[in-house]
Amino acid sequence: MNYFELFNISVSFDVDLSALSQTYQQLQRLTHPDKFASGSEQDKLVAIQKNAQVNDAYSTLKSPLPRAEHILSLRGIDLQHEQQTIKDTAFLMQQMEWREALAELDDNSDPLDVLASLEDEIKHNVKSDLSKLQSLLASEQEAAALQAADVIRKLKFLYKMLAEIELKEEALNDF
Amino acid sequence: MAYSEKVIDHYENPRNVGGFDKNDPKIATGMVGAPACGDVMKLQLKIDDNGIIEDAKFKTYGCGSAIASSSLVTEWVKGKSIDEAVEIKNTDIAEELALPPVKIHCSILAEDAIKAAVEDYKSRQN
Repeated sequence: MNYFELFNISVSFDVDLSALSQTYQQLQRLTHPDKFASGSEQDKLVAIQKNAQVNDAYSTLKSPLPRAEHILSLRGIDLQHEQQTIKDTAFLMQQMEWREALAELDDNSDPLDVLASLEDEIKHNVKSDLSKLQSLLASEQEAAALQAADVIRKLKFLYKMLAEIELKEEALNDF
Repeated sequence: MAYSEKVIDHYENPRNVGGFDKNDPKIATGMVGAPACGDVMKLQLKIDDNGIIEDAKFKTYGCGSAIASSSLVTEWVKGKSIDEAVEIKNTDIAEELALPPVKIHCSILAEDAIKAAVEDYKSRQN
């Protein structure tokens, strides 16, 4: 299923988010199962499926990482189901250091400060990776697509880290 | 998802957590990561002159299954030669810990960590 086609836009990493949200609302209304309340069982079933597709498409297209993964899957590179590991030592060392910093946060006198600077550093890395991804995905070349896949794999570690920082922030703010 | 008793045991009482000095020539370090879940694993082996693994330590940031998988392999590799250690398959780990299909990648991570550490050892020998 090509989600870009469903939303009637061209396959591209650059997406107009406000236009996307408008199209989403339209498609939501058009496929809403309530509209088919008086229809046949078959119509209802089709509406439910279409509605679910619209929701999946929107959540995929609105966030950069799933969007990038979707573009690659349309080019035959399936990242979602791969189980291979990465072995880039320098990159993994950095991941280890960030995770250690997060784990040792509780011993720090000003944990929220440390957390904020950690978050800044990672967001800075995410930003530069996303712009790399943008130019790699703009290329039609196979080599660029494979490089894009590598950037996505690494970004997954960064997003995971950001999610953990957010949890930690919430926990700290509860006190 | 229910964890097996063995996973819970390794998760609650992980064996051999920590690290060795990575600059020590007897120490081999393997670093691996699983993009599927963002887990990171470091496995260090202390290898004697005959290529026998004397000791092993790990540090893993990840889910219970990833921690259990790495804890288990530190127990398994001790006393083995490096050639025997690289024969450990992820399927052995998954079977021992009764990992569900969605957690198979955790056992792959542990298998690859052994391989990465042994590669590191061999590259230092040359």
